[in-house]
Amino acid sequence: MEEKRYLSELSDDKHERFRNEVREFVLSSIAPKASEMEAREEFPLDIIKNMSARGWMGIPIPKDYGGAGLDNLSYIIAIEEIARICGSTAITLAAHTSLVVWPIYVYGSSEQKKKYLIPLASGEHIGSFGLTEANAGSDAGATETMAVLKGDHYIINGTKRFITNGSYADTVIFTASHDRSKRVHGISAFIAEKGMPGFSVVRKEDKLGLRASDTAELSFEGCRIPKENLLGKENEGFKVFMETLDGGRISIGALALGEAQGALDVAVKYVQDNGLKKSQTIQKAVADMVMEVSAARHLIYHAARLKDKKYRVTREGAMAKLYASEVSMRVTSMAMNIIGPAGLTGEYPVERLFRDAKLNEIGEGTSEIQRIVIARDLLGK
Amino acid sequence: MDFRLDSNQKLIQDMVREFATNELTERAVEIDKSREFPVDNVKKMAELGLLGIIIPEEYGGGGMDFTSLAIAVEEISKVCASTGVIMAVNQSLVAYPIIKYGTDQQKKKYLPMLVKGENIGAFGLTEPNAGSDAASIETTARLEGEFYVLNGTKRFITNGEHATIFVVFAKTDVEKKHKGVSAFIVEKGFEGFSVGEHEDLLGLRATGNCELILDNCRVPKENLLGEEGEGFKIAMHTIDTSRIDIGAQAVGIAQGALDAALQYSKERKTFGRPICEYEMIQSKLAEMATRIDAARLLVYRAASLKDSGAERFSKEAAMAKYMAAEACMYCVRESVQIFGGYGYTKDYPVERFYRDAKVMEIYEGTSEIQKIVIARSLLK
Repeated sequence: MEEKRYLSELSDDKHERFRNEVREFVLSSIAPKASEMEAREEFPLDIIKNMSARGWMGIPIPKDYGGAGLDNLSYIIAIEEIARICGSTAITLAAHTSLVVWPIYVYGSSEQKKKYLIPLASGEHIGSFGLTEANAGSDAGATETMAVLKGDHYIINGTKRFITNGSYADTVIFTASHDRSKRVHGISAFIAEKGMPGFSVVRKEDKLGLRASDTAELSFEGCRIPKENLLGKENEGFKVFMETLDGGRISIGALALGEAQGALDVAVKYVQDNGLKKSQTIQKAVADMVMEVSAARHLIYHAARLKDKKYRVTREGAMAKLYASEVSMRVTSMAMNIIGPAGLTGEYPVERLFRDAKLNEIGEGTSEIQRIVIARDLLGK
Repeated sequence: MDFRLDSNQKLIQDMVREFATNELTERAVEIDKSREFPVDNVKKMAELGLLGIIIPEEYGGGGMDFTSLAIAVEEISKVCASTGVIMAVNQSLVAYPIIKYGTDQQKKKYLPMLVKGENIGAFGLTEPNAGSDAASIETTARLEGEFYVLNGTKRFITNGEHATIFVVFAKTDVEKKHKGVSAFIVEKGFEGFSVGEHEDLLGLRATGNCELILDNCRVPKENLLGEEGEGFKIAMHTIDTSRIDIGAQAVGIAQGALDAALQYSKERKTFGRPICEYEMIQSKLAEMATRIDAARLLVYRAASLKDSGAERFSKEAAMAKYMAAEACMYCVRESVQIFGGYGYTKDYPVERFYRDAKVMEIYEGTSEIQKIVIARSLLK
């Protein structure tokens, strides 16, 4: 198989077998409904159920905790393969896995792992990561959600915005501040459950793309969070969330990579079907696309492998996400130009991939923030 | 060289800017969502004379030049690109070829209709199998007594759903390539003419874009536009001309994106400072403004050249479209980026500018096509 030759330095038989398994699932269970899900803004509950049965809602988590017992590279490959066909499903899985399952696995107490990790990793529960607020995006330390300790509970007040999976989450990890004057040093991370009094979903966002992915506004009004639901230590929540994002960035990179690959697939098929391969303009476009997708893949898989080796991936994760997101912009845009006016309609999936791709340079840290992260890692703060 | 607008041009700019801001802003959001053709906007534009800017005064038009049209198109597109396209197509792609190639009877009949707004025009060239290559259209026209009988399908026709006057291209001689194409003025009511599905597009969603179906469509002989076999020339010249206002549309969308981002960057704070104080943001704003100015100047240059009576301006028009579309794509991307997560939602208009811009980049020829036109011109 041609792909095997190209991937031999990046991947191996075991990972490629897993990729094929995911690809088969994606083609049979997601591809037939991806457009419709988008049109209806339909959250992929059925697909989640199917993926849960395969252990794919906790791919890098040990089987003891309900996961598939695989590694981060496998997880990244799964995100890539899903995103090739459906960005919405991919980001649903990515937010759940990188941003909720993973931090509870790394920072959770054994009780928290028993109570929350097992249902999340097995897919029985869906997770959300509640960091962003109306006035705290890039400046995540400007958190306005407040936590006040009252006996054995924290009372939480505040609102979170742009929370992926928010309307459906059974478990939400979120940040709140004890003392805003301390900025990042006054923030803790907590675990909330759907149904806790004072916790509600306010509204769903109407988005440019990823429309079958749920993005919600969450409200905490006098919500009582038991002390045992502190994730990590008091006042160390910001660190938990930032380290979580280091890994999350690799998954958004994989999302971007998959979308780019998906657009490339469609463009190549269009070129072959319409006898366009002799055109130099087409040759130039396609050559650049496949080269950039390959380069992005290298950066992403490298970051995933480093993470599996337990290295800190602050720089590599940021570079992977930054580069792959920009590639996904160029490749989806060029795929649309190759196809022409028909690509502006739902006749081809490219216009959906094009809309989906824009999120990659914004979510989990804008490209500008990634550049600052990379520069600081290189030059020091 | 004086790069400033003269007093008439400034007057038009101010008038249209005020109109667009006051009358089109809210509707822009609604029609993008509902995909409805904005007949109310069309009526308002007609009342202000904006549907016949370049139509000679003797036919009820404004008798103004292409530079004035470009200015008006830019100002409308800044607020509502769909409305901008509707009025641009009506003039450059329909009224203009009738002005240049029409008989006196055709001009007397159709131009006043196009000015008033109840009758919108559309340009029927593109087919499912003939996009950029106008010589390979498959629609045929055979002369039968007093009528030409047309058969074929056109696709992606802006204004198609609501138009009543169509400039349609068909082969009167299938043996020939370019020289076999002829142009016709087709009315919606002609026997055998119907419109097909309304396309569901990524952007420019409210332009009534659809298929035209010609099924033994009977077009009176008098409605041949120009000579038989002159159709390709008419199409190419018309498209060259319309590239000027496609360029203006793109500049308008880009300017709208910049204006929104500029305002937001002054209001949005991170780390205690408005984001306009950060160098990375300043770099984007500066880049956007520079590219817009460059594109606008190319549009004005092409318009001026056309207005001066030059027969040849393909290169300049292609350059204008190419630069304007590229500048537009850059600006809408960075504008959404400056808005961050908010830019990705429909709470702000920038995601609509983003979608509209992409359509702009593709129709009437992608950048790749424009570059071929430019290269051909250079190599003549």
